[in-house]
Amino acid sequence: MEVVRLAHETDLAGWRAAARSLRARHVPPARVLWTVDGGASLFAAAAEAHSPEAGKATFTVPKAFVDLADDVVLHRSDERFDLLYRLLWRLQDEPDLLHVVTDPDVARANGLAREVDKAAHKMKAFVRFRQVHDEAGEAFVAWFEPAHRVAERTASFFAARFANMRWSILTPDVCVHWDRGTLSFTPGSDPADAPRADALEDYWRTYYASIFNPARLKVGAMKKEMPVRYWRNLPEAALIPELIARAESRTADMVRQAPSEPSRRIVKAAVRASRDAPWDGQAPTSLEEVAAGVDHCRRCDLWRDATQGVPGEGPLRARLLFVGEQPGDQEDLAGRPFVGPAGQVLDRALAEADVPRAETYVTNAVKHFKHELRGKRRIHKTPDAGEVSACRWWLDAERRLVRPRVIVTLGATAALAVFGRPMPIARSRGHAQQLPDQAQGVVTYHPSYLLRVPDAAAKARAYAEFVDDLKLAWSLAEARAA
Amino acid sequence: MPALDLKRKLAILSDAAKYDASCASSGSVKRDSRSGKGMGSTDGGMGICHAYAPDGRCISLLKILLTNFCVYDCAYCVNRVSSNVARARFTAEEVVDLTLGFYRRNYIEGLFLSSGIIRSPDYTMEQIVRVAKLLREVHDFRGYIHLKVIPEAAPALVNEAGLYADRLSINIELPKDESLASLAPEKDVVGIKKAMGAVRVSEEGAKEKGRRARPPRFAPAGQSTQMIVGADAATDGAILKRSEGLYGAYGLRRVYYSAFSPIPDSTARLPVQRPPLVREHRLYQADWLMRFYGFARAEIVEEGEDLDLAVDPKLAWALRNRGAFPVDVNTADRERLLRVPGLGVRSVDRILDVRRFKRLELADVKRLTRGVEKLKPFLVTADWSPGALTDAADLRGRLAPEPKQMELF
Repeated sequence: MEVVRLAHETDLAGWRAAARSLRARHVPPARVLWTVDGGASLFAAAAEAHSPEAGKATFTVPKAFVDLADDVVLHRSDERFDLLYRLLWRLQDEPDLLHVVTDPDVARANGLAREVDKAAHKMKAFVRFRQVHDEAGEAFVAWFEPAHRVAERTASFFAARFANMRWSILTPDVCVHWDRGTLSFTPGSDPADAPRADALEDYWRTYYASIFNPARLKVGAMKKEMPVRYWRNLPEAALIPELIARAESRTADMVRQAPSEPSRRIVKAAVRASRDAPWDGQAPTSLEEVAAGVDHCRRCDLWRDATQGVPGEGPLRARLLFVGEQPGDQEDLAGRPFVGPAGQVLDRALAEADVPRAETYVTNAVKHFKHELRGKRRIHKTPDAGEVSACRWWLDAERRLVRPRVIVTLGATAALAVFGRPMPIARSRGHAQQLPDQAQGVVTYHPSYLLRVPDAAAKARAYAEFVDDLKLAWSLAEARAA
Repeated sequence: MPALDLKRKLAILSDAAKYDASCASSGSVKRDSRSGKGMGSTDGGMGICHAYAPDGRCISLLKILLTNFCVYDCAYCVNRVSSNVARARFTAEEVVDLTLGFYRRNYIEGLFLSSGIIRSPDYTMEQIVRVAKLLREVHDFRGYIHLKVIPEAAPALVNEAGLYADRLSINIELPKDESLASLAPEKDVVGIKKAMGAVRVSEEGAKEKGRRARPPRFAPAGQSTQMIVGADAATDGAILKRSEGLYGAYGLRRVYYSAFSPIPDSTARLPVQRPPLVREHRLYQADWLMRFYGFARAEIVEEGEDLDLAVDPKLAWALRNRGAFPVDVNTADRERLLRVPGLGVRSVDRILDVRRFKRLELADVKRLTRGVEKLKPFLVTADWSPGALTDAADLRGRLAPEPKQMELF
């Protein structure tokens, strides 16, 4: 039996030197006894490491093993060094061992590592500093008892968070100090060395008691996340028994109390709400009324899943009016027409056709975004004839107010809304159509169709036709203006 | 009127804030105070819960209202104008001092600031933004800040809030628009949705690549919302449909469900009853299935229906869809494994890793999960096949926990 004496409880370097030598000498795990010796005696392993045979002992281990050992060695369990050596030993013949997380040794080591991780996390959560003043000024000191030996490892977290504060965390294992520049470590201590109180703790307890909702008592859930072993160092924990004891009667009181009379305000508000109900009667007499009305329109159900109604945009007396199908995802969020991908195609084509968008009025046949969810994405869905006709109320109002000379319909839905009947685009495009309200109509593609044409040549052709249609529409608008 | 001392204000204004379920400090960017003059850090991933109250909820942030004076009259809210609760108002400096004092002692991860509506939505939002600005610019505070957005406030103020905050939230409050209109007459669902849309646009604008000047960071931990469960007649299906829509439209990080809880000085318009905590729990489970397990809402529950309170929604789905089982743990793909009741995302990932090296037996599965009994009817392993068990008529009875009283109820 080989006895290895390690220098201290978390002596990973000592363990590594000894383990390397042991494995090189083919000493099986069953023949090694790992002990920790805080005393002055030299440990046997270190001496062995100097032997010529051990000096040549080099082998590689997966990085995952080194990381695992870093964690496991901080656990308070006595088996940790033995378990690590057993894994190291087995890695010789089973290089993929650490992937087999169902293996009992691997599962055990992973379990210890998880507990160490958790202890480090809880240390970040449950350390409570108390303010002190000394000759150098203000400082903060905490007494903390970590579940495992994680104080040194967790020190850097506090240094990064409280970089400009002088602080110390005292634990039974080691004490950590930060002087606004460097971390230092001193031997473990006891609670007598820590300050007893802090003026702000009373405020913290007030907060803790007030944020608790007695109607939702779940003591088990609390204890699971804030284990009782930590309570004695948490100033707020002293309140817990009383909060629990009174929860039942506080809730019962609230339930028993007669509801208060609704004030006159509520009645007035109800009246106001019904008065301001979705405006639906008279035809709008300005574009502002259209915008306000569209936003509160309930003529069909599309408003429910949409963000807002998207009214048209442009000068009141525009000569050219564009009608698209409906707002898309981006338009729905922004509340403006043609600002998404289709809008970019339209802008590019308008620029090529020399049409100033700012002098045109741009709107949609349907003012709310119709879509369906695919996963977390909202996918455009074509509005049906009922929705188009419900929304024609607004489109007609815009046509009447703007009185354009030319109306360009983008896509089939727009053509249906403007002409009142289906218009086959390929056959209808390329020339002007007479509309009853003195305007001329130009039928063309919807810009998003141009994005979808699969064949590159066909796409280029359709785009060129689109630009031609825009030029035609603009020339009609200009000619009539002249 | 005698001035309230700070401790009394803290009691009133944290009591008033506790009906907001969120206290998360997660999902922001990584930063710390080493390069600065102040203090604070966020780790980018999960947040830290510094304490838990006996209601089982995490206390991560100093969650308070700037004031609980409010001109609105939302029936479900303890702070509505017609309620007779004690009122208080913090100054911005008081909130800043409390936040820094608590943070310095490691009580909290940061601040979650909300407010009743005073004077006007714009004025209220300005006050909220001012606190965050003081913390960030005067004190170089680098901890977590969550600000509540007042939906009716000017977009410029919401934008400014996003520059200081890690997270923004706007509460949708109730699952049905009609109930919002009747229970919260001053609130307007279109206004709420517009504000959420504006936050998403700003978020995406700040992330846009290829800009020459890097746009300032905007609410890196995204936005969240809260829905009150049990104050109106909405079904679970309607609630989840609303969530599904919100996740899709505004890229929300979280929807919080808050069981309507009796409040002091309640109104006759609402049920005064124990909060439906089991229902709230099932809604969270269903929400989780939609976000991480590839379930569509319609698979979990129809719009007009409620979730089964006796069994969790994943088990309920499995019992309805026995044909999809058993699943072979050694060959099934990730999507199918995720549908097995009792297998979580982590267990599934571990199974996928291990099975490259060995064929899994029941004992292996046991080590990777929380318990194998619940899994047995749905899984095939190298040494186990459920046979007729999957289709057994009494399976539900075997797997559903005995109905038991909730804690202390």
